[in-house]
Amino acid sequence: MKSILTEQQVALTVKRLAHQILENHLQLEDTVLIGIQPRGVFLSDRVAAELQQLVAPEKVKYGKLDITFYRDDVRKELHVANKTDIPFTIENKKVVIIDDVLWTGRTIRASLDALLDFGRPAKVELCVLIDRRFSRELPIQADYTGRSIDTFVSQKVKVYWKEKDNREEVVLL
Amino acid sequence: MKLSTQHLLGIKNLTREDISLILSTAQDFKDVLQRPVKKVPSLRDITIVNLFFENSTRTRMSFELAERRLSADVLNFTASASSVAKGETLLDTVNNILSMKVDMVVMRHSASGAPHFLAKHIPAAIVNAGDGINEHPTQALLDAFSMKEKTGRLEGLKVAIIGDIMHSRVALSNIYLLTKMGVEVTVAGPPTLIPKYLTDALDVRVEYNVKKALQWCDVANVLRIQLERQSQPLFSSLREYSLAYGINRRMLESLNKEIVIMHPGPINRGVELDSDVADGPSSIILNQVENGVAVRMAALYLLANREN
Repeated sequence: MKSILTEQQVALTVKRLAHQILENHLQLEDTVLIGIQPRGVFLSDRVAAELQQLVAPEKVKYGKLDITFYRDDVRKELHVANKTDIPFTIENKKVVIIDDVLWTGRTIRASLDALLDFGRPAKVELCVLIDRRFSRELPIQADYTGRSIDTFVSQKVKVYWKEKDNREEVVLL
Repeated sequence: MKLSTQHLLGIKNLTREDISLILSTAQDFKDVLQRPVKKVPSLRDITIVNLFFENSTRTRMSFELAERRLSADVLNFTASASSVAKGETLLDTVNNILSMKVDMVVMRHSASGAPHFLAKHIPAAIVNAGDGINEHPTQALLDAFSMKEKTGRLEGLKVAIIGDIMHSRVALSNIYLLTKMGVEVTVAGPPTLIPKYLTDALDVRVEYNVKKALQWCDVANVLRIQLERQSQPLFSSLREYSLAYGINRRMLESLNKEIVIMHPGPINRGVELDSDVADGPSSIILNQVENGVAVRMAALYLLANREN
């Protein structure tokens, strides 16, 4: 087991990601954040909270998207759905999708499909905490990356969050 | 999480956890049905055949809509317009259809146990859409979903099932499901339409006075008199049935509480239920129909996962 990000590094990385998003989306006009259920939501909660410190809180439009019914592996594995909660329109908005780990790209593929069922965004960007580069199965890349790492397929990246796991750390298993 | 069974043949062989999983998944699909695009691609590589050997409006349309909302490919089969009329057996019919690479079979049949027979002989997942006087599991699931949605709970709820208990597959599936989920169940109706040893076999009470049953319950699930399944007269006339066991507005107003009225359809207006009750504020009959699509989506979705 190897530690990739410590608790302090996670906090700093979240701050940096929020600033980077703000850099490209000044005042967050026409920009919305979408966290991917279930584990991307812990990161998106933090990024949204961080952005609320940086601009007026009501400017941060933040929703959650569940992609269970859009997966391409229904026959292989059954997932239990989570809540989708997008209390605003994404029509013509700039959407920043937020997830914890980018690996094969299949989750993001599914979330793009799911997202487009809610309207036609002007632009979609991707923000992740960990990018397992060189392991992609689809041509998908992140616009905002916390940390890029090289991994073998046999390895696992585990992100622990305080709310869920009582500690905050990213490790390579 | 997955179902403990590969087929949905009846509520009898589902566990409490199975039922809870289907109901909570149905809530997720109900949310999907409120979206601008009411369709998800979950079953896009699955082909489903709807085999209806018996007439149906609601169930058949509800299943077909559920399948299409899940992006499955759908084949429809009506016995009267098929080679069954030329003498083909059930097994031959289904094997011929399956050789065209079909993954799931939704079947309604007038013979009790027909889907169980198929499940033993063919590799596809079978969903029972009503077999004779045995079970109608998706109806019971959508009834439970609607009760829970309306009253906020199942555990501890009091439900009266009123009418033709003897010939009703809806009644049997409802009893199995509700008793498993901790609901108190009373069946009510004329003695000739209630099986004699019912209380020995199932955890229900029997009441012959409809007014008393209504006063006792939180939810009344009213059933149709199934004249097509009665080979001998079991009551003197529909008019007499209606006078003794039909539910009208005056009867509801005489209760000292509000109850919820449900009916699986089709309603015989003026027989088991008066129009002003069926269309009145206590009725959630059309909500049941709406929820049927979400519940069937959940059942089909959970059964599509077949590789262990």
